[in-house]
Amino acid sequence: MELQYWIWIAVGISFSLYIGIAIWSRASSTKEFYVAGGGVHPIANGMATAADWMSAASFISMAGIISFNGYDGSVYLMGWTGGYVLLALLLAPYLRKFGKFTVPDFIGDRYYSNYARGVAVFCALIVSFTYIAGQMRGVGVVFSRYLEVDITTGVVIGMCIVLFYAVLGGMKGITYTQVAQYCVLIFAFMVPAVFISIIMTGNAIPQIGFGSTISGSDGVYLLDKLDGLHRELGFHEYTTGSKSVLDVFLITLALMVGTAGLPHVIVRFFTVKKVSDARKSAGWALLFIAILYTTAPAIAVFSRTNLIETVSNKEHTNLPGWFEKWQTTGLIKFEDKNQDGLIQYLADPEINELTVDADIMVLANPEIAKLPNWVIALMAAGALAAALSTAAGLLLVISASVSHDLIKKIINPAVSEKNELIAARLSAFGAVLLAGYFGVNPPGFVAATVALAFGLAAASFFPAIVMGIFSKRMNKEGAISGMVVGILLMLFYMTKFKFGWFGGGTNEDWWFGISPEGFGSFAMLVNFVVSIIISKLTPPPGEEIQSLIENIRKPN
Amino acid sequence: MKKENTYWNTNLKYLVLLLFIWFTASFGFGILFVDALNEIKLGGFKLGFWFAQQGSIYVFVILIFVYIYLMNRLDAKYKTKE
Repeated sequence: MELQYWIWIAVGISFSLYIGIAIWSRASSTKEFYVAGGGVHPIANGMATAADWMSAASFISMAGIISFNGYDGSVYLMGWTGGYVLLALLLAPYLRKFGKFTVPDFIGDRYYSNYARGVAVFCALIVSFTYIAGQMRGVGVVFSRYLEVDITTGVVIGMCIVLFYAVLGGMKGITYTQVAQYCVLIFAFMVPAVFISIIMTGNAIPQIGFGSTISGSDGVYLLDKLDGLHRELGFHEYTTGSKSVLDVFLITLALMVGTAGLPHVIVRFFTVKKVSDARKSAGWALLFIAILYTTAPAIAVFSRTNLIETVSNKEHTNLPGWFEKWQTTGLIKFEDKNQDGLIQYLADPEINELTVDADIMVLANPEIAKLPNWVIALMAAGALAAALSTAAGLLLVISASVSHDLIKKIINPAVSEKNELIAARLSAFGAVLLAGYFGVNPPGFVAATVALAFGLAAASFFPAIVMGIFSKRMNKEGAISGMVVGILLMLFYMTKFKFGWFGGGTNEDWWFGISPEGFGSFAMLVNFVVSIIISKLTPPPGEEIQSLIENIRKPN
Repeated sequence: MKKENTYWNTNLKYLVLLLFIWFTASFGFGILFVDALNEIKLGGFKLGFWFAQQGSIYVFVILIFVYIYLMNRLDAKYKTKE
């Protein structure tokens, strides 16, 4: 059957499934809207967290980035999984014990101050908006490539779907659609990986396959061959790194801590019944995430090897159809500099004739490996599931920040439950429109800022929450100044080196050689130090707070 | 009060131990000692590379489930009902 029909079928079925679930599980109270009524099973919550967590970046871009960076790409693998250990051990159980709806709720109550709450709302909005714009863009790209509509139409379709189930269903609707989306996206990710692993190495498990020997060769290991190809073409060896150890260390740390500090991830642990379920949820979530994250480096190696073997020194008129299709999207660029009709794919930019965007590696992979059309259609549905589920989770954080933290807790505490629910739906609606606008008119810095959202979360929330649980001495003065200094420092550094504000600067001007991606670790450290010093100079929190901390630490 | 303190201190002890392993498997084997470990091969994998792209993630998953087990046991010992 034609590829286009397969794609419409896969996308159509998966979308009707999401809408059906949303209607079945719509929210009727604020508790259902914010935390799904607090009664989600830990395994279901683990799946929903995994889908919420794995965005278009994890599904579409990550394997591609690893594919081009080899060992240096490990920062994403370790960074985006290791954070769950911090979550499960340091945050999730205690926040569940605390038992409110949002992260600013915790900050506001623990630091007995509406200023602290306000700062937390501000940080949550900045982090969530930088993140969501990238998701809507991802939806647009997938639609335009696979459904052959233009990006604007793609974004609008995506907006309507998310709007429908986020506004109607709240956290309850989102949670159950995310369970379905996890199943779709993991199936879509694994099927081509298993196929390609069998074709290339004869081993059906990709995690083992990429460390095996190549089928039909005399015991040559795939990774050794890839290292060899890289050396031949002048690239840095695949399995060793080219970044400084300090930078790799700090980027990994910033991603881990940022993961643990992201409000849309933390809020998921408010949705389970009891404290022990919060721990269990984190465990299941990481297990479900690990399936994709341990497969991604295998896909990276397969697709890198396949790409080099398919294009290097081949006649460009003789290449398979996918090459031309992706060329028209501008994501593959070829320029025959020496006019010999062959593609020279080399590390040296002077004589290299081919540039391949990292984002297409996962999507084009099944085509490059000549897999059947239905597998390619599955990829489209999976990528959309990944982008939509994350966008929905973020929307909820934004809407809860506005209706609950801002309106109910700060502006008008007398607001009725019914009006709060209306406000929550309206702010979700407003947030979708804004996100959609950024999806259609992406500010040039979207791609750059998604990674930086982690630095922002690491620099602002993580220290305030951890010290709120583990230190009885930490007071509002300390926490507020820590958060403010942390997020401003991070914003300053990223706008300076990414957008050229404050005089800009090049890689040589980086402080201590730290990249903006890794700077979140540094800003977090500053946050800790500032908080501790200021809290020593100001009065400790009162009796009430002491017993609140006692209480969240107690088993029950 | 005493009982709660021992509960909390045991919890802290578990945290230190598990976070030490967390750090060693990722930042240690995957980043700081990666070159030394790359001298050893595990099938087609250099060991340091394997830890950075596979091993550390498996360790993370196991750590959380070990923590779940330890805490459930601890909760049972202090006979808490939720």
